[in-house]
Amino acid sequence: MSANIYKNKKPLFFFLFPAFFFIGLFLYYPFFQNIINSFQHIKVLGSGGNGWNEPWYENYVKLFTDPVVRISLINTLKMILVTIFGQVGIALFLALLVDNIPWGGSLFRTVYFFPIVISATALGLLFNLVFLYDKGMINQILEMFGRTELIDWKGKGLALFTMMLPVMWQYVGFYFVIIITGLNNISGELYEVASIDGATKLQRVRYITLPLVRNVVCTCVVLAVTGALKVFDLPWTMFPKGIPTKSTFLTGTYMYYQTMEAKNIDYGSTLALMIVILGVVLSKVVNMVFHEKEY
Amino acid sequence: MKKKKISIGMIFVYLLLIFWAMTTIYPLLWVFQNSFKAKNKILENSFALPTGALFTTANYRKAFRDLNIFRAYKNSLFISTMVCIIVIILAGLASFALVRYSFKLKGLLQTIVIAGMMFPVFATIIPVHRMEVLWGLANTGSWLKSMLSVILPQVAGNLSFAIVVLSGYIKGLPIELEESAFLEGCTPFQIFTKIVVPLTKPSFATVTIFSFLWSYNDLFTQMFFLRREEFKGITTLLNNITSREGTDYGLMAAAVTLVVIPMVIVYIFLQKYIIKGMTAGAVKG
Repeated sequence: MSANIYKNKKPLFFFLFPAFFFIGLFLYYPFFQNIINSFQHIKVLGSGGNGWNEPWYENYVKLFTDPVVRISLINTLKMILVTIFGQVGIALFLALLVDNIPWGGSLFRTVYFFPIVISATALGLLFNLVFLYDKGMINQILEMFGRTELIDWKGKGLALFTMMLPVMWQYVGFYFVIIITGLNNISGELYEVASIDGATKLQRVRYITLPLVRNVVCTCVVLAVTGALKVFDLPWTMFPKGIPTKSTFLTGTYMYYQTMEAKNIDYGSTLALMIVILGVVLSKVVNMVFHEKEY
Repeated sequence: MKKKKISIGMIFVYLLLIFWAMTTIYPLLWVFQNSFKAKNKILENSFALPTGALFTTANYRKAFRDLNIFRAYKNSLFISTMVCIIVIILAGLASFALVRYSFKLKGLLQTIVIAGMMFPVFATIIPVHRMEVLWGLANTGSWLKSMLSVILPQVAGNLSFAIVVLSGYIKGLPIELEESAFLEGCTPFQIFTKIVVPLTKPSFATVTIFSFLWSYNDLFTQMFFLRREEFKGITTLLNNITSREGTDYGLMAAAVTLVVIPMVIVYIFLQKYIIKGMTAGAVKG
C-alpha cells in the first residue's frame, strides 16, 4: 500500500532538485575547484587562476617548509588536546556531580549552556577586557590578592593559554548537556541494586555510570576534535594575525591570514585542503580509538 | 526515596558547581557594570558597582553615535532570517522525498548529504567568492546583493545538517495518515504541505534555531563578503571595533553588552528549545 502513494516518481525532481543543486553548487563544486586552485597562480581574490604554478606543486613545497604552518599545526593539535581533556573532561566531571545532587540540576544546565549562544566574536572582545594587561579583570583580582606586578596574558609566554582557555570554556556546557542527557537515561534501579549490594558512591560511578556513558562520551570526543579544527572567530578576535609574532596561528586563522591579509590566494587554497585532509585523518583516528561499543 | 541529608561532601560539590556557574555568568556581569563607567574609572576599580558619580551613559551614547549598531543588527537579522527560511523550505522538500520515495540514486544522495556536513567552510570559501564575483553578487554597492552573497553560502553550509535532522524525524511519522490523504485524492505535494509539514513542526523548530544561531554568530563568511562599512553585520562590526577602538574599554564594554543582551533575553525565554536545537546534531535519532 505505502508503495502505491509514492510510486509515481515524477514529483521527485521537484522535491530534490533545489536542495541538491545548492549543495552541488556551493559545496562540491567549490571543494574541487579549491583543489585545482591550489596548483594555480592566483594573486587577486575573486579572479581566476593566472596559469599554473611553476613547478605545479610549488605550494605544497611551501607547505612543508613554511615554519608558520608547523606552528599552526602544533597549536591546532594542542587545541584538540584541550578540547578533549578540557571540554569533554570538565563536562563529564560536572555532569557526574550534577547527576548526584538533589536539586538545582536544571538551573546548572541552563547556566552552563549559556555561553554557546553568544557569538564567539563578542566573547573575544569580552575576554580581551578580562585579560587586559593594564588592569583587566584577572589582573585586578590578582592585585587584590596582593600581587604587585601585572601579568602579560597576551604576551609570548601565555598567549596560547589565553587564547585556548575561552575557546575551551565556551563549549563545556555543550558537552555537559549531551553527557547529562546520557546520564539521565541510566535506569535508577541499577543504582539501587548496587547500593543494596553495598557499593559506595564512587564504586557506583566507576562500575555503573562510566561504562554506561562511554558511547556518549565517545560521541563528544569526535565532535570536540572536529570542532577544534573549525575554531576561528574567537582566536581571530583576540589574536588577529597570529600576534605576538605569528605564534598563535591555528590552521584556520592562518588560512584566512594567507588569503585575505597576505593575498596568497592559491596558498590559502592549499592550506584549506590541508585542513580537510587533517580533518579526515583525525576523525578516522579518533573513530578507531574511541569506537562505540554495542551492548 | 528517603530524604537525602546535606553532608559536607554535598556542600563541596555545590561549591564546585557554583564556581563553574560563576565563570559563565560573572564575566558578562562584569562587562555590563563597567559599560556604565568612564574609561579611566574602569582601570581604577572594575568591581565597584556603577552608582553615584561613577555612573555614566557616555559609552552608550558614543556607541550609538559612532558605531551604527542598529544598522548592523538589521543586516544580521535579515541574513539569518533569510538563511532560516531558505534552509527550511529546501531541506523540508528534500528530506520528505529522501525518506518516502525509493529510487535508484537514493543511497548516493544520502551519502552526498552526510559528506556535505564534513566540508569545512575554509575549503569552499575562495571558489564560492570567485563564483559570486563572476555573477556580480559579491563586491558590489548594492545592499541586497551583498546580503545575498552571504546568505547563499550559509544556506549551503546548513542544508546538510538540516536534511539529516529532518529526515530522522520524518522517518518516525506514521505513514497511515499519508495513505488516507492519498485515498482522499491528495497529490504528493498536498500530502507534504498538509500532513508532513504540520507534523514535523518540532523538528523544523530545531533546525530553525540551529541555523539562526549559526548564521547570526558566524564571522568567517561575513568577513569574506561584507567588506563595506554599511553592509557589516553584528560580528563583523564587533571585529572592527577591536582594531579601531581597541583602547576605548568603555566603548568596547558597551558594544559587547549591546550585542549580548538580545541573545540573553532570547535564551531566557527559549532555553529549552535552544538547548535541544543546538545538541540535536549530536544525539542520534
